[in-house]
Amino acid sequence: MIVETKFAQFDSLTLDCGVTLSHVDVAYETYGELNRDKSNAVLIEHAFTGDAHAAGIDKETGKPGWWDNMIGPAKAFDTDKYFVVCANVLGGCRGTIGPSSIDPVTGKPYAMTFPMVTLSDMVRLQKQLVEHLGIRRLLGVAGGSMGGMQALEWAVRYPEAVASAFPIAATARHTAQQIAFNEVGRQAIMADPDWNGGNYYGLQPPARGLSVARMVGHITYMSDESMREKFGRRLRIKDGPAFAFDDEFEVESYLRHRGRQFVDRFDANSYLYITKAMDVFDIANGYHSLAEALGKTQSRFLVISFTSDWLYPSYQSLEIVNALRRANRDVAYCELNSNYGHDAFLVEVEEQTELIRGFLARVYREAAA
Amino acid sequence: MASSARPLATSKRLVKQVLGRGDYAIISEIVPPGAKVLDLGCGEGELLEWLADNKKVDGRGIEISSALVRRAIARGVSAYQGDINEGLADYPDKAFDYVILSQTLQQTLKPLRVLKEMLRVGHGIIVAFPNFGHWRVRVSHLVSGRAPKTTLFPYDWHESPNIHFLTVDDFEILCQSQKWKIERRFFLSGSRRMQALPNLMAEIAVYLVQGG
Repeated sequence: MIVETKFAQFDSLTLDCGVTLSHVDVAYETYGELNRDKSNAVLIEHAFTGDAHAAGIDKETGKPGWWDNMIGPAKAFDTDKYFVVCANVLGGCRGTIGPSSIDPVTGKPYAMTFPMVTLSDMVRLQKQLVEHLGIRRLLGVAGGSMGGMQALEWAVRYPEAVASAFPIAATARHTAQQIAFNEVGRQAIMADPDWNGGNYYGLQPPARGLSVARMVGHITYMSDESMREKFGRRLRIKDGPAFAFDDEFEVESYLRHRGRQFVDRFDANSYLYITKAMDVFDIANGYHSLAEALGKTQSRFLVISFTSDWLYPSYQSLEIVNALRRANRDVAYCELNSNYGHDAFLVEVEEQTELIRGFLARVYREAAA
Repeated sequence: MASSARPLATSKRLVKQVLGRGDYAIISEIVPPGAKVLDLGCGEGELLEWLADNKKVDGRGIEISSALVRRAIARGVSAYQGDINEGLADYPDKAFDYVILSQTLQQTLKPLRVLKEMLRVGHGIIVAFPNFGHWRVRVSHLVSGRAPKTTLFPYDWHESPNIHFLTVDDFEILCQSQKWKIERRFFLSGSRRMQALPNLMAEIAVYLVQGG
C-alpha cells in the first residue's frame, strides 16, 4: 500500500485561549474506501510525536507508517472494510499548522507567538477535517497515549459523532509525575542557548536540548524489564570501563542515537506546545466529576492498558473505565500482558488486533442494523 | 425494556446447540428482547454474544481472567476485566434489567454480599448453581468418606475453585430469610428439565429472584 500525505486548508479555527487562527493547514492520510453511506470511517489519533503517516509505505520516503502493523488489509483496522483517516495534530510540525508555520500577518514563522493550543482544539480541527471529508459519524476513534486522550475528547465533545472509542494506554488527565517528565523535556529545550526564545528558524535549532528531552522521553516509554533485556549492562567496547564519558554502555549509545534522530524530524517549539496541551488536558474540566463528563458520551468504549506501562499505568485506564461504569456507559476493558512499557501499544500487535478487530466488527454490524 | 416474547422452539434448540449448557438455555428464555443485562463471570462471552445477536440484548460482562476477557471482547462483547467481589460497586442502582450469575456463586468469597450487590444493580437477578444436595454428591461422600467428587464437582478438594457449597434448599432458605421474592425456578438433570425432589435430583438450579 503506497500512500501519500494530503492537505486540507480551513479558513479559520477559534481556539480555547480565544485566539482565532487563519489559513489552517491540516496534513492527513486516508486508507481504504469510504462506503456509500459514509458509515465506515475510523479516525486514528497519533501519539505525541507521531504524524499523519500511520500506515502504508510513504510514496517519497519509502517508510512504513507508525501503526502500519495495525492498519491495512486484514489488520486490526481492516482497510478492506473501513475507511481510515489519520491527521497530524494542531501545533505539530508534520504538515499541520504549528509554531514552525508561517504567520500570514508577519510572513515569518510563528515561533512562540503561536497561540497556546489544547487537545480540545486539536479535536475541533479534526472535526472540521472529518466533515470536510463528508463524514458525519465516525465508526471509531482510536489512539494510544495522547491519541487515546483525544479519542476520549472526541467521545465527550461530539457524542453523536462517535460510534466507538478506543483509548489505549491513555489517561483522563496527567498526574504530577507525567507533568514532571514533560517539564524536564521543556526545560532541557529552553536551557539550550540555541533555543533563543523560540526564534531559531533558519538558524541552529536547539538540537542538544531537544535530544535530551527525547532521551528522557524514551526512558519513560520503556520499562525496567525491557531495558534490561534490550541493553543490560552491555558495553560497546570490549575492554571497559574506559574511564571516560563516552557512550560506553549500549543504553547510552541507544539514547544518544534516538535523541539525534529525533532532532531531524521534530520541531522543538512543537515539543513545548504539545506537551503543554497534554498537561493541561483534563477530560473532567467543566464537570463535577469524571463520571459526569464521560456520562455525556454515547459511544461504545474499548479501553486497553498494558501491565508494564508505568508512564500511563493501568490504574489510569481503570479510572476511565470505572467512571464510565458509574455513568452506566458501555465499556469493555482489558489489561494486556507486556514487558514493553508504554511502547507496548505500538509493539503488541497480536493481542490488540484480536480485541480491536472483533469489537469494531460488531460495532459496524450494529450500526448497519 | 421490551415486553417478554415467547421464544420459538427452533431458537431454543439453537441456544442449546450454540451454548451447550442447560442453564444458558433457561437464562436466554428468561431474558426478554432488548433487555439490559450484566453477566458476572461472563467467561468468553458466549451467552452475551448470543443474547445480543438473537435478542438485541444490551449486554455487559465481568470476568477476572485476562485471556477470557480478551476472547469476549474479540466477540464484540463489552467485557470488563475485574473481580465480581468488588467489581459491582461502581454500577449505579438498578442499572440493569437482569444481573446473571451462572455457576459462579459457589466460587465467590462472600456469596451473600455478591447477591445483595446484584439485587442493588439489577431489577432481577438470575442465579444458576450446581446443587450440592444431589444424590450423587451425597453417595460419593457417604461411600468414600472423602470430599465428594462427581461430574458436577470433579475437583480434588485442594484444586477446587468452589469454596462455598450450597444446595437447592439452602438457596430457598436464604431467599426466605432475606425476604427476596423467587419469581421462577428451574431444575436440570443433565440438560433435561425436571421438577420432582429438586434438592435430591437436580444437578443445576436456576433462579430468577427479585429483591424484597
